[in-house]
Amino acid sequence: MEKPLGSYDVIVVGAGHAGVEAALAAARLGCRTAMFTISLDQIANMPCNPSIGGTAKGHLVREIDALGGEMGKAADATFIQSRMLNRGKGPAVHSLRVQADRVAYHCYMKQVCEQQENLDIKQGEIIEVLAEKGAVCGVRTRLGSVYAARAVVISTGTYLRGLIHVGESSYQSGPDAALPSMLLSDSLRKLQIPLRRFKTGTPCRVHRRSIDFDRLERQDGDPDIVPFSFSSDPSGMQNRVSCYIAYTNAETHRVIRANLHRSPMYSGRIEGVGPRYCPSIEDKIVRFPDKERHQLFIEPMGLNTDEFYLQGMSSSLPEEVQLAFLRTIKGLERVEIMRPAYAIEYDCCDPTALSPSLEFRCLHGLFGAGQFNGSSGYEEAAAQGLMAGINAARMIQGKSPVVLDRGTAYIGTLIDDLVTKGCNEPYRMMTSRSEYRLILRQDNADQRLTGIGHEIGLISEARYGALCTKARGITQEIKRVQHCNIAPSAKLAEFLENHGTAPLSTGCKLADLIRRPQLGYGMLAPFDPERPLLGEDVGQQVELEIKYAGYIEKQLAQVEQMRGLESKTLPPDTDYSQIRGLRLEAGEKLNRLKPINIGQASRISGVSPADISVLLVWLSQRGKEHAAGL
Amino acid sequence: MSTIAAISTPNAVGGIAVIRISGPDALTVAERVFTPANGKPVSAMAGYTCAYGTVRDQAGNPLDDVVLTVFRAPHSYTGEDTAELSCHGGLFLSRQVLRLCFAAGAEPAGPGEFTKRAFLAGKLSLTQAESVMDLISARGDAELRCARSLREGAVFRRIHACTDRLVELLSDLAAWADYPEEDIPSVEPENLCASLTGLHAELSAVAATYDYGRILREGINTVIVGRPNVGKSTLMNRLSGFERSIVTDVAGTTRDVVEESVRLGDLTLRLSDTAGLRDTADRVEQIGVEIAYRRLEDAELVLAVFDSTSPLQPQDQELINRIGNRRAVAVCNKSDVGALLDMQELDRHFDYVIPLSAKTGEGMDKLSAALHALFLADAPDPQAGVLSNERQKHCVMAALEQLSAAISAVRAGEPLDCVTVLLEDGANVLLELTGERATEAVVEQVFARFCVGK
Repeated sequence: MEKPLGSYDVIVVGAGHAGVEAALAAARLGCRTAMFTISLDQIANMPCNPSIGGTAKGHLVREIDALGGEMGKAADATFIQSRMLNRGKGPAVHSLRVQADRVAYHCYMKQVCEQQENLDIKQGEIIEVLAEKGAVCGVRTRLGSVYAARAVVISTGTYLRGLIHVGESSYQSGPDAALPSMLLSDSLRKLQIPLRRFKTGTPCRVHRRSIDFDRLERQDGDPDIVPFSFSSDPSGMQNRVSCYIAYTNAETHRVIRANLHRSPMYSGRIEGVGPRYCPSIEDKIVRFPDKERHQLFIEPMGLNTDEFYLQGMSSSLPEEVQLAFLRTIKGLERVEIMRPAYAIEYDCCDPTALSPSLEFRCLHGLFGAGQFNGSSGYEEAAAQGLMAGINAARMIQGKSPVVLDRGTAYIGTLIDDLVTKGCNEPYRMMTSRSEYRLILRQDNADQRLTGIGHEIGLISEARYGALCTKARGITQEIKRVQHCNIAPSAKLAEFLENHGTAPLSTGCKLADLIRRPQLGYGMLAPFDPERPLLGEDVGQQVELEIKYAGYIEKQLAQVEQMRGLESKTLPPDTDYSQIRGLRLEAGEKLNRLKPINIGQASRISGVSPADISVLLVWLSQRGKEHAAGL
Repeated sequence: MSTIAAISTPNAVGGIAVIRISGPDALTVAERVFTPANGKPVSAMAGYTCAYGTVRDQAGNPLDDVVLTVFRAPHSYTGEDTAELSCHGGLFLSRQVLRLCFAAGAEPAGPGEFTKRAFLAGKLSLTQAESVMDLISARGDAELRCARSLREGAVFRRIHACTDRLVELLSDLAAWADYPEEDIPSVEPENLCASLTGLHAELSAVAATYDYGRILREGINTVIVGRPNVGKSTLMNRLSGFERSIVTDVAGTTRDVVEESVRLGDLTLRLSDTAGLRDTADRVEQIGVEIAYRRLEDAELVLAVFDSTSPLQPQDQELINRIGNRRAVAVCNKSDVGALLDMQELDRHFDYVIPLSAKTGEGMDKLSAALHALFLADAPDPQAGVLSNERQKHCVMAALEQLSAAISAVRAGEPLDCVTVLLEDGANVLLELTGERATEAVVEQVFARFCVGK
């Protein structure tokens, strides 16, 4: 390698939501880290909707925070409207979502990175990953400078050979008119990283004064704000803006249909695979022709701008068609577009080439994170960035990687899905993707993960101590309400009847009352004179743990079963074609994915229960041979 | 490690069939299905010992005389606690014993699983391990072929239709939960409950085809009940004598409860006569009455006999209450003598009210017609397939259990995310038949059916 201009433990390529988490985690774990970005003004940019969280994504943000990541804190510092979605649908699906001030979020993250010890931030386009003897050793910039590194995290988002389409026009570009990264793909391909092409899109931004807000439905934030970060103080937090709802109509659909042939998706000029969960408006109209109207949300981009985002209207139709169909919508008759909607194609990797630590199996020290791994969404990206940063640092420090399993976190579910099942379209997290969602709630992310974060070294002693106190409080209070006797009384009978539930005929435990669907922990306080003074968060956990005890136990048992297989490690150098009894298809799949344990192997499509039995026998046989010194 | 059970002898009629149960709970499972003749509990039996006794069904009725052999870990083929039930070798009988083991907590053994466990427990040598893998692989292939051929079967299509509906419901729930801000119909508990009840009924009907097959092969467990002297025994004799030439004596089914097996047209009735129902101070007679009520609990068909020559008595009313929703026919006996019985009152409780004279035989044809209507009118069309595979039955029953739990949860007002988890478990056991997973199937459906996304 040529003489390097600088030498680092970890270099992060890209400074989006994955890149900043990766860089911060590696630096905080003591690694000398550099984060490269094509433009410093794009750090933690939100090129699509100015919002953090939502279903399952909100879970991810809370998990990132519980592990010691930054996204939750940044969102708490810069949000302008906050809502807890899905209240009333059960605790597993409660999801926090905020509108963020896009520029404030970028500034906050940029400064956190700038102030981070061990972390250098550099504007520069990386065009080559350098490797020696099967291991990463550095990167080269567009200006020809070489930087040495023992680990490199690729988090290039949609920059990699980015190609924007608007109607009949298309041009090479990154998101939000940033320069694209045109040269790195070739270098990755030479290193045997399998690349492919995905597509995504974004709607237009329009000017505040061209919207008739009084013709729209208004949507306000929650009066009681729940922060993302378990360490943020909610007092003083407030909603600063409203969002609005509008609907398309028959005329909108007519305009779009009449111009379909001008969409690059339909004319076949886009080769990338787009996500079904994030369809363009023209996709929606083609795929669901019977739907009379489609909803769109009109969301402010920040406090110091008049730009509004039109959620639900992403499109790659020509600019004049966009304007025409928007103006058919009630409230947008005189709308003025500031940034037109576009579709963007980009290179990303096939994530089945990654191990669950997010390191590429074919090149030691090379990690992938975020949209580059085939996912979609800021939160999915940040979650992977955090894990890639942690595992890059651990690799350098000679520690074993941290792999969260599906029973521990949505983050684990997300990464397992990506690296085990792969994806044929940009992957979005959903609560329905987790089989253990009653225990992976957003409200208990700290209890699930902060201990792990502390062990990794990203959670301070103070924060870990607070968690332990909280956990103790929960355990003690659960025990108390399970033993606390409640006697029937006229006052209680009246209370119960007012809440539509049967009065007591004999005494019972307080826990029995909490378990009733109509009741809860908090409202029973008047009948519980010995209740200690506890935080609201403790009371909430007590209520949930008691109410859903039956379901939680059931899911915990399923997790235990899953972990039994997860603990049976498969050697990384196994040649599955040599294992007798494995079906050919199974052997090929296993050889391609090299699962780290039997559990992961069992989730690979095309590997049958009989194949898993064969693997178990083989593992045991191998163990005996080793024991016998063969 | 779970406890597994399977028929270890070849799948053919033989003198003896062996049902092997292996795993930590093997002896508990054996204890639940097996009643030793000497009264010594199974849990107290030493390894390598045998006991003679009976296998009883869940109602406590004897099914077969068997010999139980107990092996204690690690001294068994698998190295685990093992119980082997040697029963009379009918295919049907041995499957029934196996089903009882499943009901008692055992799971169906996977391909080559006994041998696999034997290897993992160190009971087989290294050189044997490779043949174990070949064995598992061969059986796995056989199972796969079997599953593939099942896929073409009519029953499978019915199960599959149920699975599809369940996954569709799940995708309603998923879309509604995952896209709270989209224009998606909300899931109302009442509608969900109605859909689930419908699905439960359809899946029960599929499960019932298994029972239908059994009814055809084995006969209907029928109890004749009524007050004393209403003519139960006369009816019993009349039925036994009815077309006596085709009365069957089903081999191996002579039980103390089954006093006669009678062929009535296309149906076989396993008749048991009972003591007359009345309050009595006589201790022995009282026991008889209790037995009668217990029989009634287990019966698949109740022939409730009333006396046409007198109005309904309190004991008659009590009987009507006890019958509840069971399949029952009201037999108004002695119709040739009197007509004091309140037939309208009976009509309110029974779908079929048949006046007849057991003595003269008048009206017996109507009884026969009623029974055919009751059991064969909505009998599964043989073209629609009959559930015959133990594994399918196991999956269907497990899914039904989850569906019932989900229905009660919705009714109790529990949040829908809990209900979703129950339904997902239900869908998973059904999807096992095709090797799919609920989470993936549901996500596919959400995108196929709903217009969601920014």
